[in-house]
Amino acid sequence: MSLFSRAPLSRRRLVKNSLGAGLLAFAGLAGPAQAEEQEILNVSYDIARELYAALNPVFAEEWKAETGNDLTIQQSHAGSSKQARAILQGLQADVVTFNQVLDVQVLADRGGFVAEDWKSALPNNASPYYSLPAFLVRGGNPKGIEDWDDLVREDVSLVFPNPKTSGNGRYTYLAAYAYALEASGGDEAAALDFVGKLLKNVAVFDTGGRGATTTFVERNIGDVLITFEAEVENIRAAEDDGAYERVVPETSLLAEFPVALVEKVAEQRGTADIGRAYLEFLYSTEAQRIIASFNNRVHDPEVVEETADQFPEVRLLTVDDVFGSWEEAQEAHFGDGGTLDQVFRN
Amino acid sequence: MLRRLLILAALAFTVIVVILPVVSIFHRAFAEGAGAYWTAVSDPETLAAIRLTIVTALIVLPLNTVFGLAAAWAIARFEFPGRRLLLIVIEAPFAVSPVVAGLCFLLIYGAYGPVGAALADYNIQLMFNLTGIVLVSAFITCPFVVREVLPVLQVTGLDEEKAALTLGANGWQMFRHIVLPNVSWGLAYGVILSAARAMGEFGAVSVVSGAIRGQTMTLPLQVELMYNDYNATGAFAAATLLTFLALATLALRGLLHHFGPKRDQAA
Repeated sequence: MSLFSRAPLSRRRLVKNSLGAGLLAFAGLAGPAQAEEQEILNVSYDIARELYAALNPVFAEEWKAETGNDLTIQQSHAGSSKQARAILQGLQADVVTFNQVLDVQVLADRGGFVAEDWKSALPNNASPYYSLPAFLVRGGNPKGIEDWDDLVREDVSLVFPNPKTSGNGRYTYLAAYAYALEASGGDEAAALDFVGKLLKNVAVFDTGGRGATTTFVERNIGDVLITFEAEVENIRAAEDDGAYERVVPETSLLAEFPVALVEKVAEQRGTADIGRAYLEFLYSTEAQRIIASFNNRVHDPEVVEETADQFPEVRLLTVDDVFGSWEEAQEAHFGDGGTLDQVFRN
Repeated sequence: MLRRLLILAALAFTVIVVILPVVSIFHRAFAEGAGAYWTAVSDPETLAAIRLTIVTALIVLPLNTVFGLAAAWAIARFEFPGRRLLLIVIEAPFAVSPVVAGLCFLLIYGAYGPVGAALADYNIQLMFNLTGIVLVSAFITCPFVVREVLPVLQVTGLDEEKAALTLGANGWQMFRHIVLPNVSWGLAYGVILSAARAMGEFGAVSVVSGAIRGQTMTLPLQVELMYNDYNATGAFAAATLLTFLALATLALRGLLHHFGPKRDQAA
């Protein structure tokens, strides 16, 4: 297996953009300002390494051009719940870029590391990009998988990570539940029955997204792998042509990737302005283009138009609309005695 | 017949459990050719991970050597209250799961721990940097030297040491010319085991590292991270480096084994 190959077009754009920024920086050198060495730490989720490795140099160039200062952006990657706990215990994060809303909320609730109104501090619920649970099927789609209903057929076997241990798995569970709830006109018993059938079809329950991918791709188990669309596309790009196909269901659940400034730390380290500029940069057309090249969906109208072919249309339900809030969804479905426990027992 | 079966079983077990996995590491690392391997190994983050892993071992080993020698000597030569307790406590790291050990350090030395909070007032941070990694590595590897040196001290007994003292040697001379040569083989063995363990430790280090790329990622953490990134070549390339470090310690052990007894005779 190789590093994921990216669309050559976006690579070229990226180079062009950084060249432009480089020239600006060069012009900036003529100015009288004394260059300062600056540093921020971006604490992020486990599989975002290559994304931020592509984004950070572009921002550093821009920052240099704007302020004349040399900026180093340190990256830390691990499961986002683990990262949140590490910050509570003293990891000096200036910004967080997570894949779970609750993990940012924890930083606001305990000790005010993040502002209480962090969600409204930046556009789109402070989520510069988004994704959704989608399906990866084997080449030619032999089982004819089109939508969620096909996943509960008796002849279909599924692979997705355990919702007990994986945020990715929780999205799949909630997406299926939300779909069934809507299809049955709000009948909770029918939705419960639906996710029960879904879990019965699971061939292997891995603890995380990476394990599920290995099960599906390398051990060749299951007809459908359910994971974030970005992951689906990345896997497909890494494997032989035609070995796998992407299926995007008609309806899915919005998966947000929330970002926030860790004010408590950044203010003490005097890096709050850099952190804010960094997070705003993630919404710039330039950054959104890079983010989209990693198969995440973005909001920037220009980039949305450019990448229209890349992302099939889908209707997205949100956790807030269907379940009230993440806290409520967490308690009702994944807490002790929640629906997941009930379904597992049956 | 039985003997052959036994030998065959032992060989088969070794091949399945030890040799195959090690070979597969190299196989996977070179799956995309030597060029891809070289690129992965010379990645700045991987290089930083190697440096951190070796630096950690170089700090931890002298600490544990001095402490291990002192503790073993105290336990072997003196009766004092709490002697048995010390022996048990020193072995605790063998019994405690590394992840639990890491969490304990976090609870005490983290921002909300009793020690961590007090130090935070002076802007001193122990966790999520080299200090934290060194602390947990020292904890994890602290029993090895004691466990290797103590039996040797107990077997050699007091006679030579007493003789040295009656002949007018001071404490340091006795230690230098009698105790150290006697325990040298055990000591070296303990140090090598500590080194191997310190460089390979994952669980405890993972809890206190903070996973800052190029700064607080040790090689084992780097391997896991790259694997999670779907970067199999990078992960296995880093794994070969760990394997080389392990093989180097093994070779060192072999050398010591070869030369050790002669030196003991000379002493």
